[in-house]
Amino acid sequence: MADVITYREAVADGIARELRRDPSVVCLGEDIGAAGGVFKTTAGLFEEFGKERIWDTPISEQAILGVAMGAAMTGMRPVAEIMFSDFFACCWDYLANEIPKMRYMTGGQVTVPLVVRTANGGGLGFGAQHSQAVENWALAVPGLKIAAPSTPADVVGLMAAAIRSDDPVVFFEHKGLFASKGPAAPEGHVVELGQAAVAREGTDVTLVALAATVPLALAAADRLAADGVSAEVVDLRCLVPLDMATVLESVRRTSRLVIVEENPYQGGWGGTVASVVADEGFELLDAPVRRVAAACVPLPFADVLEQQVIPTVDTVTAAVSALAAY
Amino acid sequence: MTATDTGSAGATDRGPGAVGAEELLALYEQMALIRRTEKAAHDLFLAGLVKGTTHLAAGHEAVAVGASAALRPGDYVFATYRGHHHAMARGASPEECLAELMSKGTGLCGAKGGSMHLTKASAGMLGSYAIVGAHLPLAAGAAWSAKLRDSGQVAVAFFGDGATNIGAFHEALNLAAVWSLPVLFICENNLYMEYTPIGDVTAVANPAADRAPAYGLPAEVLDGNDVVVVKEVVARAAERARAGDGPTVIEAKTYRHFGHSRTDPASYRPDEEVKQWLSRDPLDIARARLDDLGVPAERVAAADERVARGVEEAVAAAKAAPGPDPATALTDVWADGGSAWRT
Repeated sequence: MADVITYREAVADGIARELRRDPSVVCLGEDIGAAGGVFKTTAGLFEEFGKERIWDTPISEQAILGVAMGAAMTGMRPVAEIMFSDFFACCWDYLANEIPKMRYMTGGQVTVPLVVRTANGGGLGFGAQHSQAVENWALAVPGLKIAAPSTPADVVGLMAAAIRSDDPVVFFEHKGLFASKGPAAPEGHVVELGQAAVAREGTDVTLVALAATVPLALAAADRLAADGVSAEVVDLRCLVPLDMATVLESVRRTSRLVIVEENPYQGGWGGTVASVVADEGFELLDAPVRRVAAACVPLPFADVLEQQVIPTVDTVTAAVSALAAY
Repeated sequence: MTATDTGSAGATDRGPGAVGAEELLALYEQMALIRRTEKAAHDLFLAGLVKGTTHLAAGHEAVAVGASAALRPGDYVFATYRGHHHAMARGASPEECLAELMSKGTGLCGAKGGSMHLTKASAGMLGSYAIVGAHLPLAAGAAWSAKLRDSGQVAVAFFGDGATNIGAFHEALNLAAVWSLPVLFICENNLYMEYTPIGDVTAVANPAADRAPAYGLPAEVLDGNDVVVVKEVVARAAERARAGDGPTVIEAKTYRHFGHSRTDPASYRPDEEVKQWLSRDPLDIARARLDDLGVPAERVAAADERVARGVEEAVAAAKAAPGPDPATALTDVWADGGSAWRT
């Protein structure tokens, strides 16, 4: 294994490690087999594990998640791919009504240990139906765990934790990060679900970010450093469990909070983070909480328009500068 | 391939069948127990002891009991919100079903599911699903799991005629056919999707069976009120599935004795139709078969008495049972038993 790998390669690496470790792990999805996935995130799996472990499906999102759920209830650990997270709308019944509720409404009689992987987010000019950041959709439903890694090593570590979890996990892989590179994960690397990482230490303001907004926040922090503002960047890694302890601890040090999220401001996950800080960390704050989120419009196609809608280094830097001066 | 018709509404010609006298008497008693329990559920609802809604399966007993008799203990069953009969056919007791309906802690799901979600996982009864058609892919998934584990199990999805017009039905049939999964799709065609005649909203005469050929699947239409016929057809389909020959679509014609749900008096059904179907009550058909087999009427009467006593005791026990511990409202979201969503 190379010392440095891409986020894309890390997805296949993370799945492959679990396929080798546990014979009950099995993958299904559209074009994931010989084709290696439309984003090449399953490249090499079919060659190594064969058609008994890597199953191509028709374009049937309901069947993909329904079959995965039925298999998860009966002894398997399926890893299902929904090609674009926008397509969650085609199988929302399974994500909203079936998978997260089955254990609860049977009084704990069954478990549903499955992973739903999906390519999420914008920045690549795919237009309104293939670019959305929909992690807030999943967050609206109690009973789903939610991971959204920002680095190749975290992809591997969180994938291991997600597949080994006895609970259903929605695993958001960010399209805009597939080509990004980072250190490869060591053997046996596991990142427990619900543990945020401090991606950069700082003293003046806390930036809470997730997936593609982590590198965005880090780039903004570089710029702010030149202006004498020391920004701490917290990579949430997961939305459920949500590591509010790490966020509150950071705000205790910095007294200022900016939340950087790619999903729309309207109903975005930052609202939940802000509300917990308002409830439990009000005395820690020296300034209002700010949210830098996507505009509440469908994602436009042209780059110049898309950049108007989703957070950028410029908008994050501007928000932090204004807050630092508060 | 076209649907094979092995019976229909109004059929009166009973073949001898492959079920012996002792087994048939046991199946009869199971059906009678379900009927009596459904009647009890209805009465408890009217007495204000069951909240929410119920979708009673009185009239559908032969489908559940006949199919169950053809399955093995390790097989998987997925049912709908009209699923009391399937839970009981797989071994749930009247008491644990009624207790669930009555919001008691001793209910099948600890009163967290209710009438529409009866589940007895320990008996392979993997749930009752209240989103129409959603569980057909789940049954296909359980069958996929059985195939992957080479376990020899089959999975069965029971569903209503209304489910045949929803996407998940078609996605499940196609994928199950393509992957040649050991799954049985058993439609309980009671002629009405909720309040509307299924024929008024479906492009084909047999809503499930007529769709099967589009997926290259064999199908049978049968008399769903004759427990012997149901057992025979399901046994054949299960054998095919276990032999690796893939899914079968079975369409059992049957009829609801009550309305769609507890608020529905079913006044939209023509009197003549109701009369005709009530004259083909699955319990009467089984009784006639028992008579054909020379089973004395006293033995049938003794079964009826056991059933009456059993349900009476179940009602009393469910009434006397404690409610759920309020703390359980916050348990069992996650596999660790808890519901924590944050640190």
